[in-house]
Amino acid sequence: MDTLLQQLINGLTLGAVYALVALGYTMVYGIIGLINFAHGEVVMIGTMVAFTIIVSLAGSGMPPLLILSVGLLIAVVACMVLGWGLERVAYRPLRHAPRLTPLITAIGMSIVLQNVAMIIWGRNYITFPPMIEKQIYEVAGASFTNVQVAIVVLAALVMIGLTYLVQRTRMGMAMRATAQNQHVAQLMGVDIDRVIAMAFIIGSALGALAGCMVGSYYEIAHYQMGFMLGLKAFTAAVLGGIGNMAGAMAGGLLLGIIEALGAGYIGDLTGNFLGSHYQDIFAFMVLIVVLMFRPSGLFGERTGDRA
Amino acid sequence: MSGRFGRSPRGMQHWLGFLLLLAVLLAIPFVAALGGQAWVRIANFAILYVFLALGLNIVVGYAGLLDLGYVAFYAVGAYCYALLASPHFGIHLPFWVILPFGAAVACLFGVLLGAPTLKLRGDYLAIVTLGFGEIIRIFMNNLNAPINVTNGAQGITLIDPIRIGDFSFAKTSTIFGVTLSGPQKYYFLLVALAALVIVVNIRLQNSRIGRAWQAIREDEVAAKACGINTRNIKLLAFAMGASFGGIAGGVFAAMQGFVSPESFSLMESITILAMVVLGGMGHIPGVILGAILLTGLPEALRYGIEPLQKAVFGRMIIDPESLRMLVFGLALVLVMRFRPAGLWPSSLRRRELSEATD
Repeated sequence: MDTLLQQLINGLTLGAVYALVALGYTMVYGIIGLINFAHGEVVMIGTMVAFTIIVSLAGSGMPPLLILSVGLLIAVVACMVLGWGLERVAYRPLRHAPRLTPLITAIGMSIVLQNVAMIIWGRNYITFPPMIEKQIYEVAGASFTNVQVAIVVLAALVMIGLTYLVQRTRMGMAMRATAQNQHVAQLMGVDIDRVIAMAFIIGSALGALAGCMVGSYYEIAHYQMGFMLGLKAFTAAVLGGIGNMAGAMAGGLLLGIIEALGAGYIGDLTGNFLGSHYQDIFAFMVLIVVLMFRPSGLFGERTGDRA
Repeated sequence: MSGRFGRSPRGMQHWLGFLLLLAVLLAIPFVAALGGQAWVRIANFAILYVFLALGLNIVVGYAGLLDLGYVAFYAVGAYCYALLASPHFGIHLPFWVILPFGAAVACLFGVLLGAPTLKLRGDYLAIVTLGFGEIIRIFMNNLNAPINVTNGAQGITLIDPIRIGDFSFAKTSTIFGVTLSGPQKYYFLLVALAALVIVVNIRLQNSRIGRAWQAIREDEVAAKACGINTRNIKLLAFAMGASFGGIAGGVFAAMQGFVSPESFSLMESITILAMVVLGGMGHIPGVILGAILLTGLPEALRYGIEPLQKAVFGRMIIDPESLRMLVFGLALVLVMRFRPAGLWPSSLRRRELSEATD
């Protein structure tokens, strides 16, 4: 029983992070139908920037919470600029190119970012400095830390804010309009270049935030961390129905929980035939099963057979 | 059929071109060997990738099914060969049994992947195939306990080379007065295999099946309405692409004598896809060009960057390995930026693109 609760808590934490990254994928996909393969790398760069700022401020005698906030803020801004630049340099010129072309540029950008990060921060794992003193709480045999609480609460707040932005503001309305039909939105006076840039900027900001969360949760960062994280988050976005924001949030949480439960129980279920290093296959197994029965994801609308 | 190879001046030109190509292909392993056997191996890999890229071209270029897990079939073929021709299980079957067997198993996996994903479109399919590739890799990495099947991350070593009687592809031997090293022999084998896949690609292009694939690529609903059995035809594309992947894997295992899960990462799938798209999807010469360029470029950079840095800065400023990948990534971006349809697209595709697109 305590395993169940424990894995649910861990899954929720991880799921919150997946959801934030998945939102970045889904916003871009919803608007221009592009899998932004470089998004995982944006998350990684965010983590690395935050790491650098925090380490360089650590000796300055500022209160830890302030240092953390400053690091986070600079990382978010840096990623916003990066996201905007990516769209400008790699995707905007290809908006009318064949469908697979921007996919390859996205992959190219991902390779470039990864190697730039490696040149700057090196090949080794770097330890993310713990800024808040870790406190462990125990409830009904399961334990969790204040870092986990902070991650889940912050993620929830950000998602509420984002929902407000998309549903209630003019910018959000423009985004929804562009997602539905670019040409008509343009006729209605929506500046779609701005909307698309905005989707990248917001997505990257969320990614930076998620990166800082992962960094402080695992207390470790690496130049290749963006790859698997991005892959899982993208899986989450597809699971929920790509292009659908509520779907990305739900998909992220679901994937995190499934993965945690899977890792906790796989040994028992298979009589120790399969161990917890099979954790990574759960995400994909669940994805395949879900898509077999709901080809557009859990919350994706049936778009019919449009080309 | 008085066209292609007839006696007209154009026919003569075709023959001359063909002979020239043959001469170049014959000369490559000997010229490359002047710079060391390493260069022959690079040429071998270039041709192996031509083979793989053309296999994937059937799935992505013809049928328009975006497959990001192609390397899974390559892996299945390689492991089939490795398990059935190495001391790992003590089984040593001859290659002419294992290669077709590996192709058949890969084909089975292709259908296994294809069947549940028939309803999926575009990017949903992409992520499922990607997931499938990862699942296969994770299994290869971990199937060493409780029963040691794949030997985990260490991989399988001492795989038998391809051998016909006493004639082994791993050793240097002299045929008709010409001394051939191991890699050089594999080179000719690979060229023969590549020729096979090229012929299959050409023959498929304008066949009934090929046209059905193109119809599905352009508009699946319309294709179905025209009486094409989209289910079987799509499965066929998967199965066929997968079998070629399986054969390539088998040859890879024999040539290297060693397989490990590391060779079958997602990056590998992506690189093969990049070859297809960068060269010009659905266009055979384009895909071949893409495969050769993307195999050759990183190697050329490997040998070029170090001296260049030393010459310009006087010392190594940036780790050459990451700089190499950096240039590779930039090249992908730039080529796609300035040649969105690929380096050498088919004329049909170019015509489609110049029309209003949406």
